[in-house]
Amino acid sequence: MIEIKNLTKIYTTPTQEILALDDVSLRVEKGEIFGIIGLSGAGKSTLIRCINMLEKPTRGSILVGDREITALDKEDLRTARQKIGMIFQHFNLLSSRTVFENVMFPLEIARVPTNQAQRRVNELLELVGLEDRADSYPAQLSGGQKQRVGIARALANEPLLLLSDEATSALDPQTTRSILELLKDINRQLNLTILLITHDMNVIKEVCDRVAVIDDSRIVEVGDVLDIFANPKIPTTRSFISAVMNREVPEELLYRARTETSPNTTKLIRISFIGASAGEPVISNMVRKFDIDANILYGNVDRVKDTPFGNLTLEMIGEPDLIIQAMEYLHGRGLEIEVLNDV
Amino acid sequence: MSDAISLVISGSWLSSFLGTNTWVVSSVAVATWETIYMVGIATLLSYVFGLPLGVVLVTTDRGHILENQAVNKILGGIVNAVRSIPFIIFLILIIPLTRIIVGTYIGTAASIVPLTLAAIPFVARLVETSFKEIEWGLIEAALSMGASPWQVICKVLLPEARPSVILGVAITTINLVGYSAMAGIVGGGGLGTLAYYHGYQRYEDVVMWPTVIVLIILVQGVQMLGDGLAARITDKRR
Ligand SMILES: Nc1ncnc2c1ncn2[C@@H]1O[C@H](COP(=O)(O)OP(=O)(O)OP(=O)(O)O)[C@@H](O)[C@H]1O
Ligand SMILES: [Mg+2]
Repeated sequence: MIEIKNLTKIYTTPTQEILALDDVSLRVEKGEIFGIIGLSGAGKSTLIRCINMLEKPTRGSILVGDREITALDKEDLRTARQKIGMIFQHFNLLSSRTVFENVMFPLEIARVPTNQAQRRVNELLELVGLEDRADSYPAQLSGGQKQRVGIARALANEPLLLLSDEATSALDPQTTRSILELLKDINRQLNLTILLITHDMNVIKEVCDRVAVIDDSRIVEVGDVLDIFANPKIPTTRSFISAVMNREVPEELLYRARTETSPNTTKLIRISFIGASAGEPVISNMVRKFDIDANILYGNVDRVKDTPFGNLTLEMIGEPDLIIQAMEYLHGRGLEIEVLNDV
Repeated sequence: MSDAISLVISGSWLSSFLGTNTWVVSSVAVATWETIYMVGIATLLSYVFGLPLGVVLVTTDRGHILENQAVNKILGGIVNAVRSIPFIIFLILIIPLTRIIVGTYIGTAASIVPLTLAAIPFVARLVETSFKEIEWGLIEAALSMGASPWQVICKVLLPEARPSVILGVAITTINLVGYSAMAGIVGGGGLGTLAYYHGYQRYEDVVMWPTVIVLIILVQGVQMLGDGLAARITDKRR
């Protein structure tokens, strides 16, 4: 759906040149929710704004659908933009227009006949659950409702692609969740490709299929969200994940386990769960099967998009070879295991 | 208190103040009408030209939807130049032009020319300020939907700036009331001429005071009208 090749963006200000994107290449597949995460100033907004040419790339090319967006003339770019919806952190609704008229706006721009457009607006307001606020002005709405209007507006011209620039960053956690649910629904119902940027790993965790980590103008890690959560490769990614999911065992627990127990009869292991096995009674099965004790020290179970995901730190006490067999058993159930007190 | 009210209502204060000078009433009425006429037409014409000029000044600015440094710099320069000439000098300066357009430089119709020409750059700057108050994000949202510059102007800039532009119209009108009095002194008609002949040359306060009162009422009225219209729009959106 999107193919970005060797994208470089340099901002030229009177005093300096700022390299905002450095040779970025990325593919986003049709129908997926793709997240880009990075710290403030990493270049996220620049990247997403290049995709609809709100920012003109310095070098490189961007394909959206089958059109090379970077090579279009003004007129063709306007037509192409009608098929790329965008939502914003601060909603950017027109205060002079009602909710209904705001959603009508992109249809007016695309010169859709009025009665057809009105029908479409009603459909969209229903989709985002704001039928009863059609005649309100944006100032009369909550942040979450404003973003729903923003979403309805972005979907008006039946876009191929929805771009979201920190769409939930101005919202409280609960409202964020409801907006993310709405985005997931839309993605499923309309098979709409969504590219979102955020600095909040929760957003990635809740909705994204794949994620790219951008750090200091470069993409440093890309992959399926589950893989990245299970196995983050670089420190930036790890710190994003630990903000939403504590993988690390508290130091004092580790210290106690390492000093007070014998490495032969006690092993400290961390098990990572992905998917279905989180629903199986794997631990109790193991305990029954191998006649060892398992003492749960620490852990958390969460969901990444719709998949259960988590980790558990166990103290396994028993005969050394039984412990090894038990670990092999766990491994055989598709769990990832890390021994923490092997010194 | 009630004495005062009945005095005002009956209008007897007026006749006791004017005494035998009832001619004052008709000349003030005529002059008031001339002022309203001059200022009204000049305001209208100054927006016919000044509003588009303001739009051009904003949209050709750096990074804006119709960025054009050359046009922006030249128009900006002209606007600043005209605005730096004091009105009373401008009035005299363009007498030849006024003569070409109206045929004379005396009278209400002739006054409309310098009033309008002086107000156009003023209006352009006011409109520019109103437009600059609009959040850039709104313009960007429209661009992201594929809006053309013309659509941005008509569907974002103008409607969003409307309350602020209306307040600008009130300011312009009030300024023009002041300018029209200056024009009156060099024979432009209206309250200015009246005050000059009877007030300045003969110091007849029987004319001065009604003139001042009418001016106060005019200015108050325009301001209230502007405030009211702007508030009606913003209240609805609130
Ligand atoms: N219009 C601009 N002119 C000059 N420099 C800019 C401009 N826009 C962004 N930058 C710079 O480019 C870099 C990347 O900015 P960008 O807005 O893409 O970051 P971001 O990842 O979206 O950050 P945030 O999370 O704070 O929104 C920053 O150093 C920023 O200062
Ligand atoms: Mg940003």
